[in-house]
Amino acid sequence: MEPFVKVSGVAAPIDRVNIDTDQVIPAIHLKSIERTGYGKFLFSSWRFNADGTPNPDFVLNKPEYQNASIIVAGRNFGCGSSREHAPWALQDYGIRCVIAPSFADIFHNNCYQNGLLPIVLPEEDVRRLMDKLEKDPGTKLNIDLEGLRIWDEDEEIVLEFNVEEFRRYCLLNGLDDIGLTLQNEEAIKAFESKS
Amino acid sequence: MAAQTMFEKIWDSHVVHEESGQPSIIYIDLHLIHEVTTPQAFDGLRLNGRGVRRPDLTIATVDHNTPTWELDKPVTDEISKKQLDALADNVKDTGITFYDRFSENQGIVHVIGPDLGYTLPGKTVVCGDSHTSTHGALGCLAMGIGTSEVEHVLATQTLRQFKPKTMEVRINGDLPVGVSAKDVILGIIGKIGINGGIGHAIEYTGEAIRSLSMDGRMTVCNMSIEGGARAGMIAPDETTFAYIKERPYAPKGEELEAAIDEWKKLPTDTGAKFDKLVEIDAADLAPFVTWGTNPGMVAKITDRVPDPASFDSPAERESAERALTYMGLEPNTPIEEIKIDRIFLGACTNSRIDDLRAAASVIKGKTVNPNVYAMVVPGSARVKLQAEQEGLDKIFKDAGFDWRVAGCSMCLGMNPDILQPGERCASTSNRNFEGRQGKGGRTHLVSPEMAAAAAIAGHFVDIRNW
Repeated sequence: MEPFVKVSGVAAPIDRVNIDTDQVIPAIHLKSIERTGYGKFLFSSWRFNADGTPNPDFVLNKPEYQNASIIVAGRNFGCGSSREHAPWALQDYGIRCVIAPSFADIFHNNCYQNGLLPIVLPEEDVRRLMDKLEKDPGTKLNIDLEGLRIWDEDEEIVLEFNVEEFRRYCLLNGLDDIGLTLQNEEAIKAFESKS
Repeated sequence: MAAQTMFEKIWDSHVVHEESGQPSIIYIDLHLIHEVTTPQAFDGLRLNGRGVRRPDLTIATVDHNTPTWELDKPVTDEISKKQLDALADNVKDTGITFYDRFSENQGIVHVIGPDLGYTLPGKTVVCGDSHTSTHGALGCLAMGIGTSEVEHVLATQTLRQFKPKTMEVRINGDLPVGVSAKDVILGIIGKIGINGGIGHAIEYTGEAIRSLSMDGRMTVCNMSIEGGARAGMIAPDETTFAYIKERPYAPKGEELEAAIDEWKKLPTDTGAKFDKLVEIDAADLAPFVTWGTNPGMVAKITDRVPDPASFDSPAERESAERALTYMGLEPNTPIEEIKIDRIFLGACTNSRIDDLRAAASVIKGKTVNPNVYAMVVPGSARVKLQAEQEGLDKIFKDAGFDWRVAGCSMCLGMNPDILQPGERCASTSNRNFEGRQGKGGRTHLVSPEMAAAAAIAGHFVDIRNW
């Protein structure tokens, strides 16, 4: 897994609550047996018109937000289906971090498995960021997982955030859970032999 | 010992390893796998030279991608076929039990797990599908997981999880006539909201829950995730034990009696504390219909489509406006006046024998409205067979319903069963998200009885007056 230490990039605001994983990537695109290649389907129902042309009104299609690597969204981001294709699509598109007031549990876990950082901030902080990004489209945010800080390039907004220490350690070092769990092989064997 | 909730008892008895500040390592008793969320997990195993640790605790089937047309007709979508074939290849020579498209035990994972007797009280159950919460109806801890976690379970038979909080959802009193299990859970989600259960495992309690059949309890637990909770559970009781006695792969005889003695220790102890309590008076529940684009946007059948202006928060107002635009609905339209193009009776929420019986009793001797296309998709090959033995297929077909082969079908728009843009569907599935049943499709979630009645009338009707 690719480590996550610092990310600086354009942040795109998607000012909607309850963005479900069917919106992040519709089920029709889950037929592949690969882990990559889903970026072109990210938010496909919102990004593209019925005839397949880009919808110019959708934030990621606006020139200022090209190459966005951060998304700022409303609460309960990633609700619904457990499809890991959602974080895969975000990552494949180039998104490294999603900031929201809350995340659905399964999506939240799936992000950490893929080096994608979900940052939970209080509603009012997300609103401040959203307002800033809408006022100054194309604003870059800096995210420092070591220092647990977010700031915009003008340093108008400087915020602190929290990540569970274990998750932070895994992300900073690009560690995958399976390798760590297998360090407890003896405990697993012991459990199996008593049951 | 301190009084414990059922969740805590099951969790504690499955902890393999715990370290402060780290997610616990929990042992998994049953891992159900299907074609969509596993190919990358098996690739990961191969890449790292790892095998499947406990094939004997892993059951595979195909459901999401399979067409629901007759089995003699092949899978025509090449990409779907490749994914279906990949599962067959991946489980080959592993020792994993695999029910393929032609197996008499094939079906939606969340239908076959309990129905075949694999899902049992006290177990930990996972599957790469958010509706794994369904299995909690038998008194087990069942959670949906992502593909990386599927790989983790295949490799280690454990899962790393931070312990969720607990929430009791208590339904007091008896259910009014005409109010089904689906209405119970839609009512709950309407109350707690689609994020109300985040970070929690729910236990459903109260007289109304006790009175439900196992199929009804599965409907309730199925949609726990729609309230944001990864797990929903119901304490096992005599209804549970009677159900398990009939299951082909469940313990039998003395082994079963010994198991039942253990299962009787599972229910939450008197005095045990939940982190959160939600109480609902059963008398306040009614047949529900969703009007918007998430399962929390529900109204009673006697209500009207809400006016977005009536919502307090700007976010809710904006969501409601977007939803009504997408759904093609005007504020204040009576729900009963909403006309329907299609009916989907199926999905892991409502495709069990009780669901089919309930819907059949509503439509018996009647004819589907000429403006409606209606389909029934049994949840498993066994449910289909049983329904046919009871003559339910004939009732549906005589009324003009299409009678299909088991699968996820039109629940999620990834197999040939999809809505066309703008089509409006009364669906017994669990999600009404934008495009869920096909791009531009408009989904209203209802109970099987309500879907059946709408098929006949061509619009929603109050099943209590049927």
